[in-house]
Amino acid sequence: MQPFIADFIFFVFAAITVLGAFMAVGLKNIFHNALALALTLLGTAGIFVFLSSEFLALMQVLIYAGAISIAIIFAIMLSPPLAHKPVKRSMGKILISLVTSALILCALSYTFIKAPWPVSAAGEGDYSVAHLGQVLVERYAFAFELISVVLLVAILGAIVIAREEKKNEVVC
Amino acid sequence: MLINQLVPYLLLSALLFSTGLFGFLMRRSLIAMLIAVELILNAANINFLAFNRFMNADKSLGQIYSIFVIGLAAAEIAIGLSLVIAVYRKFRSINVEKLTELKG
Repeated sequence: MQPFIADFIFFVFAAITVLGAFMAVGLKNIFHNALALALTLLGTAGIFVFLSSEFLALMQVLIYAGAISIAIIFAIMLSPPLAHKPVKRSMGKILISLVTSALILCALSYTFIKAPWPVSAAGEGDYSVAHLGQVLVERYAFAFELISVVLLVAILGAIVIAREEKKNEVVC
Repeated sequence: MLINQLVPYLLLSALLFSTGLFGFLMRRSLIAMLIAVELILNAANINFLAFNRFMNADKSLGQIYSIFVIGLAAAEIAIGLSLVIAVYRKFRSINVEKLTELKG
């Protein structure tokens, strides 16, 4: 592929990501926020492909865009419409949060541009899913088991917390 | 070549992070704050994979970190949404400025 075409596609994905992020934060309707979040996550999956992590891009589409944003949309649609009304914020508080995040953005960008990154192992290496899976169940086996337990407990906890309490009913 | 440099990815993730932070500070609806947290986690993921590609010899390491971040985000959103539903059921609102029962 021509270099400038790759650059252009990267730019398109970055624009989708940033635009979706702005919409996910800025739009008034909470449902539109959730849809814009899904857009951002899909753009990020495209960025992952540029970083040679195709498996992660697939997982991003499957888990993030597929499951998490759908879960958020479910929660929005399950709750009564009264809860979706945009909450008014005073102009001062919006200004304070804007200034804070802009300052952090400036500091981060300054650091990223000025710092002399020692780009050592650019590109070359074993990105394959086979290698990834082998490392995951050999060197990081304990973390792998731990995160499966965390997920199980989180899902059970979610069921317990969200369940409606009924007084005169035997819970099986 | 834009795509073979580290800095564009880092700038993109910084922009995503500060957008998420702005949303987290500005929005008062609990679900919108959860959406902002997801943006921040995505910025972290982009950073992990960018550093993995350009500065790490073992290419599986950053990908495994990103997998863990995605898994923890799934757990977080499950717990967070069920808490939102429970809070709505009790207070009839998900505006965080009205949830002041614990304030001394």
